[in-house]
Amino acid sequence: MTAVEDPTSAVDLPAAKEVGQARRRKEDARLITGKTTWTDNMVLPGMLHLAVLRSPVAHGRITHLDVSAAKERPNVVAVYTGADFAEEQGSLPCAWPVTPEMVNPGHPSIAVEQVNHVGEAVAIVVARSRTAAADALEAIDVDYEPLPVVLDMEQAVQDGSPLVHDHTTSNTSYHFVFDAGDAGTGGDTEQAFADAEVTVSRRFVQQRLIPAFMEPRSVVVQPSGDSYTMWSATQIPHILRVMAAMVTGIPEHKLRVIAPDVGGGFGGKLQVNPEEILCLLIARRLGKPVKWTETRGESLMTAHHGRDQVQFIDVAADRDGTVRGLRVRLLADMGAYLRLITPGVPALGAFMFPGIYKFPAYRFECDGVFTNKVPTDAYRGAGRPEATFAIERIMDELAVELGMDPLELRRKNWINTEEFPFTTVAGLEYDSGDYHQATEQALELLGYDELRAEQKRRRESNDPVQLGIGFSTFTEMCGLAPSRVLGSLAFGAGGWEQASIRMLPTGKVEVVTGSTPHGQGHETAWSQIVADELGVPFEDVEVLHGDTAISSRGLDTYGSRSLVVGGTAVVKAAEKVVEKARVIAAHLLEANADDLEFTGGKFTVRGTPGAGVGIQEVALAIFAAHDYPEGIEPSIDAEATFDPENFSFPHGTHICAMEIDTETGFAKIRKYACVDDVGTIVNPLIVEGQVHGGLAQGIAQAMYEEAIYDAEGNLTTGSFVDYLVPAASDLPHFDTGNTVHVATSNPLGAKGVGEAGCIASTPAVVNAALDAVRHLGVTDIRMPLTPERVWRAIHAGGDGGDRAAQGSNAYGGARTTESGIQEAAQ
Amino acid sequence: MIPAPFAYARPTTVEEALQAIADGGEDVKVLAGGQSLIPVMRLRLAAPETLVDLTRVAELRGVREEGDELVIGAMTTHADVLTDPLLAQYGQLIVQATETVADRQVRRRGTFGGALAHADPAGDLPAVALALDAEFVLAGPGGRRTVPAAEFFVDYLTTTLEEGELLVEIRVPKLGEGWGVRYEKFNRVAQAWSIVAVAAAVRREDGRIAEARIGLTNMGPTPLRASATEAALVGVDVSMETVTAAAAQAAEGTSPSNDLNAQADYRQHLAQVLTRRAVAAAVGL
Repeated sequence: MTAVEDPTSAVDLPAAKEVGQARRRKEDARLITGKTTWTDNMVLPGMLHLAVLRSPVAHGRITHLDVSAAKERPNVVAVYTGADFAEEQGSLPCAWPVTPEMVNPGHPSIAVEQVNHVGEAVAIVVARSRTAAADALEAIDVDYEPLPVVLDMEQAVQDGSPLVHDHTTSNTSYHFVFDAGDAGTGGDTEQAFADAEVTVSRRFVQQRLIPAFMEPRSVVVQPSGDSYTMWSATQIPHILRVMAAMVTGIPEHKLRVIAPDVGGGFGGKLQVNPEEILCLLIARRLGKPVKWTETRGESLMTAHHGRDQVQFIDVAADRDGTVRGLRVRLLADMGAYLRLITPGVPALGAFMFPGIYKFPAYRFECDGVFTNKVPTDAYRGAGRPEATFAIERIMDELAVELGMDPLELRRKNWINTEEFPFTTVAGLEYDSGDYHQATEQALELLGYDELRAEQKRRRESNDPVQLGIGFSTFTEMCGLAPSRVLGSLAFGAGGWEQASIRMLPTGKVEVVTGSTPHGQGHETAWSQIVADELGVPFEDVEVLHGDTAISSRGLDTYGSRSLVVGGTAVVKAAEKVVEKARVIAAHLLEANADDLEFTGGKFTVRGTPGAGVGIQEVALAIFAAHDYPEGIEPSIDAEATFDPENFSFPHGTHICAMEIDTETGFAKIRKYACVDDVGTIVNPLIVEGQVHGGLAQGIAQAMYEEAIYDAEGNLTTGSFVDYLVPAASDLPHFDTGNTVHVATSNPLGAKGVGEAGCIASTPAVVNAALDAVRHLGVTDIRMPLTPERVWRAIHAGGDGGDRAAQGSNAYGGARTTESGIQEAAQ
Repeated sequence: MIPAPFAYARPTTVEEALQAIADGGEDVKVLAGGQSLIPVMRLRLAAPETLVDLTRVAELRGVREEGDELVIGAMTTHADVLTDPLLAQYGQLIVQATETVADRQVRRRGTFGGALAHADPAGDLPAVALALDAEFVLAGPGGRRTVPAAEFFVDYLTTTLEEGELLVEIRVPKLGEGWGVRYEKFNRVAQAWSIVAVAAAVRREDGRIAEARIGLTNMGPTPLRASATEAALVGVDVSMETVTAAAAQAAEGTSPSNDLNAQADYRQHLAQVLTRRAVAAAVGL
């Protein structure tokens, strides 16, 4: 006899939860092999190709612009200049006026009379092929009358500096202040410094970085009657739709935006790009589909950059190490224009400078400064890496000043686990965590005691290779964002997210998310969540995203928000599906809905063994709709919008062990260990991947990457030969671990992981390098830690200085300031 | 990243190649592995009228033995170099340097002769060829001539190759018994050009250094020899002290450039440190 398994018996077994499984990402096969429709793969009948002529001068008036020869080139359909669109192009949007007085000079998509940075569009060729468009660019004749080039922020804010925009009165766009005393979240900062036993002041430079996403930006626009469909390699199809409609006057309901599979962004595709607007304008004018895809050179030169701050930071403390006050003043380089959230990036950072420490007093000031460079905007971490770097660096400097162990100083001042929820001096309510536990675990992963012993041996034997250990005990604010908080910060949108779930007749499930991925693995993680919530197989879930016609509402992907906010919307939608299905199931089972239990995808009647119906069967039943209760709609589909009430606060301890070859200055990471608390982990493999990628980018800021302009405002690092993005071969093995303290602001308990590695690692690396050579008299080394800078800092003092760029733009050497605030204010 | 239009020829013999070059007009460029030329064409920094592609010229590819010399065909790829048994036995300095060239993909297409004819002072192979006193065999309309490495490299990206000429093979001495070699490369990331590198081949005899050949990468517009160090090493006992003293002269006569990676004084410092390390490794210290 063959034993026949009773299918209902499976219900009694505890179903393996999908959440927590290290599933391989279901989307990776098509992404990695390229067997998908990247925007540049789009081919439409009659499609025309755009090529953009870009300014070779950083600041100048266009005195002559002749495109007639280009129009005669083979296969050229049209050539446009700024004059052709002056009346209709409007200004690219800036959604974050951080102060009411902020000066926004306006941002044309194509220059009309004046160019303000190298790479600004001055003419566009429309041709039948990409090659014909590129060839015709060479036939355009332009003359510029040069204007004085403004590059150095500290000079730009001086009285008498030449202006980037001559219709403004200064190069300062805004002055943003957060004072904890005024806000009622802390004491009087000036008094804290006046009373302090010890103060330490430093000036740190956050170099300019380039997001350097893998897939270049690409846009296709197809007109159809008075409607337009735009495909764009963007992080933000929903925001882009609203903004593009407002800029071009195309009614929002006549514009559909699609972000197909997108190959990375890191914040660099959180933008309304000039070329997106220009493609719309040209498609509207010609009535034909158009495509623009940037070259790598265009990408590095004209896609927005990140970071670029000069930070003056002062800390006040007692002799025993208890911190008393924190003062920060920033100069933040806006570049030539304000793009989507350019001014908001440093302002967002304002709330993270106090880090995990219990400062009783805090004051933050920031000047947004115009220069003749490409605008800055979001880049992985956006404000938080800058803040984390400054606080974690100054804590080490304070430890040196006090003669304390840097970890001991941190322990003395950090928030203890029993103090959560903890309201910081910046007014944020941290949700949960255990800094002590993460630190202990990271020390063990690193093999801390052994490395400290080796460091001592190397120091004593005067080994040419010295060893250092650096810490970063960080936190960040994620899950952007509670809409009311964004409103209070004058941000131009909310921070909610939307999801809907469609139950198909065969029981398969479509999940529509407003949070559009660009490589993060949403399809896998969302499927895991839904599999658990609905009790359906992982394979039965399909996740749809990135098309405003499919996912009608959404606020896209940035700020480690997707799982925390978007994932929660999915959970809420699933809960609604179950509740709708429960009514139908009760009807089918002839039971009271209150008597039904829902586990493992099946509704059963409490106390009636054997009676049950699966949610996938309910989906078919309600599709047929032959038999369902009176008074309800025949559908169990549902949607939900989730607006968080608080941020989430991942934290972690990152420890870097660094070898410095004192003869050559070469810095090499010997070992890197980190323990991150990102709350509930939906997929450990994705979490580890995000941490690894973040570490690579954070380490890259510390050691490799720097966008350098020469004295004329040309981007010297205009290719990957000079803008060094490290490869796997340049990075160490990472020892990673996790602690789990769930977020309290969402039912998943997730805190967000997209930016953690990038935010945390940079100061750990620099602190490690300094720990290796501090005994040789080195007190600071400017990022990135090029071998030459390290060597100069060891052998000539200072912070390593500028890199030779035939007249570099010079941030000026780093130096210790008595009070950075006063000095910068002069 | 689209090159300007160009005419294209793909000969299969040296003779055809010379003819194609002669027919190609004034602005003809020879394409070997294309790992330097194609990028600059895509950036439109170079826009030749005609490209003569040598990839099908089979006679230019491979390594053979002729008496005390190895003869390396100009179109031998870096990947070929790394797997060639003759080079493994007699050409370890070339093999070591080639291992550091860019990445696997580049080494698959890039060629030994192409890298030398390109004459980038930051490239790894010119300094090796110079250190080895390699001889360059050039074919032209009037026949073949042989040029020593010291005369082949004329200036930044400039060689003694005349219009209409083609580099066909490179002859290097076999380094056998008694020789130790080391290519010491310094760069920031694995696939990058050398900031500075040192190619050292040192022959030991009876506990002393009998002969030293040291080539410097990226210490001037052409590859250079560290002549003062070479001279100082001859006849000395093998010890860290003697090597260090000799290496201190490694930057004499160099004129390195300033760029993003290094200023000249730092490059000169690096040349000394790397020469010491290269020579020490070559003699087994």
